[in-house]
Amino acid sequence: MHGRPRKAPKPEDEAASSAKAQKLRALQTQFFSFHHNKIYTKEAVELSAKLLEINPESYTAWNYRKLAVEHYLNLPDCNPDSIKSVLDDELRVVENALRQNFKSYGAWHHRKWVLSKGHSSIDNELRLLDKFQKADSRNFHAWNYRRFVAESMKRSEQDELKYTEDMIYTNFSNYSAWHNRSVLLSALFEKKAEGFLLKEKVLLEEYEFIHQAIFTDPDDQSGWFYHLWLLDQTVTTDSPLLASSWPGHGSDVLLVGDRCYNGSAFSPFSALHSDSGLFPIVLSFNQPVGGVNSSTVTVECGFNKNEDLFWKPLSASNSQTARVWVAHLKIPSSDLHSTVEVSVGHSKGIISTRGFEYSHPSMFSFKVHVQPMERDSSQVSVAESISLREENFKVYGTQSEESIIDSSDQLIIKNGHETTASNWRFEALAKEIGCFRELLSLVDCKIGKLTLARLLKAYDAMSYPFANKLVHSEEVLELYSDLMKLDPTHYQFYKDEHSIVLLQKVTSSKESLLQHCFQYKDSVSSAICGPICLRLNNLSLSRMGAFEKLLWVQMLDLSHNELQSIEGLEAMQLLSCLSLRNNKLRSLTALEPLRKLKSLRILDISYNQIGDQSIDTTRYVCSSPLSHSVGSELNRDETVTSDVALINNWEAFYIFKDFNLNQLDIVGNTIADEKFKSVLVKIMPKLKQLDGKLLD
Amino acid sequence: MDDVPPYPPIDPTTFDLIVIGTGLPESIIAAAASSASKSVLHLDPNPFYGSHFSSLPLADLPSFLSSHSSSPSPPRSPSSDDPNEFSLLEFATRPLYSSIDFSTFSPNLLDQHSRRFNLDVAGPRVFFCADKSIELLLRTGTNQYMEFKSVDATFVGDNKGNLWSVPDSRAAIFKDKSLGLVEKNKLMRFFKLVQGHLAGEQDVKISEEDLQSPFVDFLNKMGLPPKIKSFILYAIAMADYDQEDTGVCRDLLKTKDGIDQLALYNASIGRFQNASGAFLYPIYGQGELSQAFCRRAAVKGCLYVLRMPVTALLVDKDTGCYKGVRLASGQDIFSQKLILDPTFKVTLPLGSSPPLPLKEKLPFFSLKDDKGKIARGICITKASLKPDISNFLVVYPPRSLFPEQVTSIRLLQIASNLAVCLPGMFVLYISALCNDDDQGKKLIHAVMNMLLTVPLDSESNAAVQSETAEIGCAVQDETSESSSGGPSDSGEEKPTLLWSALYSQELTLGQVDFICSTPMPDGKLNYNDLIDTTFKIFQEIYPEEEFFPETSLENPEGDGDASPET
Repeated sequence: MHGRPRKAPKPEDEAASSAKAQKLRALQTQFFSFHHNKIYTKEAVELSAKLLEINPESYTAWNYRKLAVEHYLNLPDCNPDSIKSVLDDELRVVENALRQNFKSYGAWHHRKWVLSKGHSSIDNELRLLDKFQKADSRNFHAWNYRRFVAESMKRSEQDELKYTEDMIYTNFSNYSAWHNRSVLLSALFEKKAEGFLLKEKVLLEEYEFIHQAIFTDPDDQSGWFYHLWLLDQTVTTDSPLLASSWPGHGSDVLLVGDRCYNGSAFSPFSALHSDSGLFPIVLSFNQPVGGVNSSTVTVECGFNKNEDLFWKPLSASNSQTARVWVAHLKIPSSDLHSTVEVSVGHSKGIISTRGFEYSHPSMFSFKVHVQPMERDSSQVSVAESISLREENFKVYGTQSEESIIDSSDQLIIKNGHETTASNWRFEALAKEIGCFRELLSLVDCKIGKLTLARLLKAYDAMSYPFANKLVHSEEVLELYSDLMKLDPTHYQFYKDEHSIVLLQKVTSSKESLLQHCFQYKDSVSSAICGPICLRLNNLSLSRMGAFEKLLWVQMLDLSHNELQSIEGLEAMQLLSCLSLRNNKLRSLTALEPLRKLKSLRILDISYNQIGDQSIDTTRYVCSSPLSHSVGSELNRDETVTSDVALINNWEAFYIFKDFNLNQLDIVGNTIADEKFKSVLVKIMPKLKQLDGKLLD
Repeated sequence: MDDVPPYPPIDPTTFDLIVIGTGLPESIIAAAASSASKSVLHLDPNPFYGSHFSSLPLADLPSFLSSHSSSPSPPRSPSSDDPNEFSLLEFATRPLYSSIDFSTFSPNLLDQHSRRFNLDVAGPRVFFCADKSIELLLRTGTNQYMEFKSVDATFVGDNKGNLWSVPDSRAAIFKDKSLGLVEKNKLMRFFKLVQGHLAGEQDVKISEEDLQSPFVDFLNKMGLPPKIKSFILYAIAMADYDQEDTGVCRDLLKTKDGIDQLALYNASIGRFQNASGAFLYPIYGQGELSQAFCRRAAVKGCLYVLRMPVTALLVDKDTGCYKGVRLASGQDIFSQKLILDPTFKVTLPLGSSPPLPLKEKLPFFSLKDDKGKIARGICITKASLKPDISNFLVVYPPRSLFPEQVTSIRLLQIASNLAVCLPGMFVLYISALCNDDDQGKKLIHAVMNMLLTVPLDSESNAAVQSETAEIGCAVQDETSESSSGGPSDSGEEKPTLLWSALYSQELTLGQVDFICSTPMPDGKLNYNDLIDTTFKIFQEIYPEEEFFPETSLENPEGDGDASPET
C-alpha cells in the first residue's frame, strides 16, 4: 500500500480508463434520473450499487441509498427479516466499494450509518476489519472505524491495546497503531482502570516498548511521534499551575505619573508609570486555561471592588483560554499606600484546555504606593523623545536586593509541592536522557539530537524550582546549533527553539538577567529617567519566549535580532517602550500581539522587511485567526470606507487604530513611503513623533 | 522390493536420454531434457519417486536405508561379451548409508499408522522463499504440483536448553527479548548496510577488499557482538563450520558469499504474503519436489518406468562408447546419453582401464573433494519442542553444545499440518556434517539429549544410552546442569521420543565414474547447490540446449501462482 512509485499509465491503461469513464457516465446519468424522481425500485437501487462499486467516491449515490433504506424501512409491510435483508445488502455494497477503494470516506461513513440503525451484527465488523487491516495495516480509515466498532460493542480498551501491540509487532512503522495506543492509554488513565492506576508504571513500560523501535530503526518516524506523546505525558502535570504574576508576591510597586523620578527609595524595577490611572495585575499560568474571572480569582484591596474586575485572556487568537490573563485596578488619584491580596483558584472554575481543574489554590500580596499625578510633568513628557541608542544606556548596578525577579521565583517554589510528589517524572526523564545519549553515541541522528534537547529542556524546567538554574542549557543550545547545520530544511524551527532556550537561560538567574538590565539616560539632560530597560538585542533571536519571567518589563530592546514573529508578546502588559529595530518582521499583521498592549507608547519597527513581499505569509503561518476577523471589523467602520487611502491600507488601519502610540519609527521598511506615513498619521491622531520628526 | 512384478517390455527401445533414479537432480534433468524436446526414458528400481530425496512411510525407511548400506555387491558375473557388438559392464551398488540405528519406543502406535508418515530421507531441508529451487519451480510451472506451508521461525539453541528466536528482520529485531538496545541498533544498521550495498547505493558500498575477506572478519570490523555474529553466521548465512577456527573450518565464508546469503534470506522474508518466515516446507514432505519434476517431465513426453532395476551398461565393443543399458527384464534399451543416480557404479573388467574416449570426458562435477559425511537423525515426538509453534528451524552453532563440536547442527520440526505424521505428532529432522560415523552420532545425540526425553524401557535404547555415555563429560555436565535449573526444564517437560532413526550418509561420490552421475543430497539446508550442479550436468550433456526455455511458461497447466497455501 505504501512506498510504491507511481508509474506513468500505458496506452492500453488509458484506453481502459476512458472506456470505464464512458460506462460510468452512462450509469451516472441513469442514476441521477432515478434519484431525482425518487425511484427506489429494486432495479434502481441495484444500479446505484453498480455505480458505487466502480466509483465509491460518489457521495450522492451513498445518500441516495440512505434515502432508499429509509424508504424501505417505512414501508407498511416491513418486518424484522426484511429490515435485516435491506441492511445486509447495504453492508455488502459497502464492502464491495471498500474493496475498490480502501480509503473511501463515503463508504466508511455509510457503513457507520447502517450500523447505527442497530439491526446488524457488530461482531461481524471486527472480522471484516481484521481482514482490511491485514491488507493495509496503516489505513487510518480502518483504524477510525475500528474505534467506532470497539466503542459500539463495548470492547475493552485493554483488548484493543493488545491489538495495537500485535499490529506494532507485525510492523512498527505504523503511525495509526501507535496513535491508537496513545488514545487508548489516555482513556485508561482517565478511567483509572485496573492496572492503569499508576500512570508512572505504565509510562515506564511504554518507554521501554518504544525504545525497541527507536533503537532498531532510528530513522523511522512513527516511533518518535509516540515518544513525543510519552514525553508530554511525563512532563505535563495534569492540573494547571500559576507560574508567575505581576506584581510578584511581597513586592512594593510605586505608581508614578511621571516617567522621571529621582532619588526614589524604590527600585526602578518596581516603579510603574501610568497615565491612564489603571494598574494591571497579570497572571501567568503554565498552560492555557479558561475560566479566570472575579469568582475564581479574588482581589482584595481597599480601593476597588473585586466584582468590578474584568479578567481578560491574552492570546493571539480570540479564544477564551490563554496562559496569561490580565485585569486592571482603577487607581485613585490621591496619595495611597495599600496592600493588595490576590487569591487564585480558591473556588473552582479555572480549567486547562485539556480539561483539568486548577487544584493548587495560591495567594500572593503586594503593596501599591501611588504618587499623585503631576499634570505639568505629563506635559513635559510629550515633548520628550526616547531614543534607544547605545550611548543612552547605563548598566544597571546590582544594588537592588529585592527585585521583581526574586518575587516571581518565590511564587514558583510555592507551587513546587506538586513536583516533589512526582519523583518518578525526574527518574523517567533522567533515564530517557541516558538512553538517548547512548543512542547518539551509536548513530548521529537528527531526531535523536532533537529528542535529547527536548528531554534536557524538560528536565531543566522540572528541576528549576529546586536547582534554581538551568543545568543543561549550554548543551541544549549546542544541540540546536548542531541541528541547524545538520538539517537546513528545518532551520527556522531549530532557530526558534534555540531562541527560547537562550531566553530561558538569560532569565533563569538574577545575575544573568541583570546583565541585560540597563537604565535609560537622556542624552540631553543626562538625568536617569524611566524604568529599567531590558536589552535583549543582538542575540540573533528568531522568537520571543520566557514571558512568565518578563512580566515586569516596561522597556524592551529587541533590536538587531532575527525576529519574524513576536507571538506571545501580548503577555508583557507593562510594556511602554519597545524596539524591534533591525529584525525580520515581514508584515504589519506580525504586529498583531501589540494591539493588546494598552500601555505601549513608543514603538520602533524601523529596518524590518515589512512590505518586501506582496504576500503576507504571517497570515498563513501563524495560528492567528486575524484573516477572519479583519474584514468584519472594517465593514462596521463607515468613516473608513469613505477614505480610499485607508481602504487600500486596511491592514495598517486594523493594526494601528488601537495603538496609543506617541512615537513610532518605521523607516527602513519597503512599505514606509511618504504616502503610507500620511495614512499612519491619519490612523493615529495622537502620534507625536514619526521617524524622529515631530508632528504638528 | 524383491518380489517385483513381471517387467513390462518397453517400447520404443531407443531414446535420446536414459535417466536412472528419480532423485531431485535426475528428475530435473529429465524434465529439462523433455522440455528441450528430447525423448527421455526415466527409470527407477524403487516403487516410488525420489530415490535419496524421497519421503517414505515409516516402515519403508529402514529397508530403503539398509538396502543402500551393504558393502558393494560383488559383480554377479564377470563382464561378458554379448554375441552382438556390445560389451556388458555390470552395475554395482555403492554403499551410501552407514551406522543405521532405529529405536522404537511406541511400537504399536507407529506400526499401525506407518503409511501416514512421510519421512524425508535427506532432511532437514527447507526452501528459502527466494531461492533457486523456488525460482525453478515458478519458471517451469512445476509449482502447480506442490503445496507449501511456511516454516514459522528460526531459533538458535544453547547448551542450557534455551531456544532463542533469531532476529532476522526489522520486525523480529524490534520484538526480540534477548538483545539489548545497543545490540538491536547495531544489528539493524548492519542489515541496512547490507541492503544498501545490495541496492547499489554508492555511499554504503562495501569495499572489494572487504568482500574478499572472511565474513567473520568483516562482522568483527562492524563491531558486532559475539551473539549477533553467531546469529548471522550460522542461523542466517547457514555456515556449516566454525568460522572463527580456521583449523577446522572447511567452508570459510567470504564476505561476498555471506552477503549473498543475507540477501537470499532477506529476499525470502515477506516474499509470499501468507508465508511469515523465510522458509517453506512442502505438504507431504520433501519427496514431493522430485515427484513434481517427474510430472513436469511426463507432461513433456518423458516415459516413466518404476520398479525397473538396470543390470548392466552396454558399450561399443570397438570404440568403448556408451550405447545403452540392460534392464532387469533382460531388455536392452539404447540412448545417446545416460544419467545415473549415485547409487550405481560401473564395475570395469578386472585389469582393464576405462575405454579411452570416455576417459577423456570425465565429468568434472563429480570430482568433489572429500567432504566427509553427514549425520542425520529423524525423531518422532508427541509434543512440540516449543509451545504455540509447530514448524520451525533450530540451529546449534559450532561449539554451542560442547567444545569439540566444530559444525552447526540443524534441527527442523515439522508438524502434522504438513501431512508428514499422525495428527498431534511432530517429526524432527536433525543433521550435522562430520568426519566419521562416531562423531556424527555424538552430534545428533547431543541435540536429542538436550531437547528430548529418551525413554529407558526400549528394546534398542541401550544404543542411545551408550552413545550418550561416550559423548563425554562436557555434554554430561551441560545436560545435568540444564536438567537441574535450565529454563527449558523449569516449566515444561521435554517431549518424549517415540521413534528415532539415526544414520550417516556419504557426501563424497567415492569413485569417479565415466558416466554422468548425479550428486547425493548435500549437507545444506536448501537445494541451491544441488540445482547448480544439476544445471552443470545438463549443460555437459546438452551444451546446445537451454535449461528450461522461457517458452515453458506458456504451458497452459502452469498458472504461475507460487503463494504457499496456508
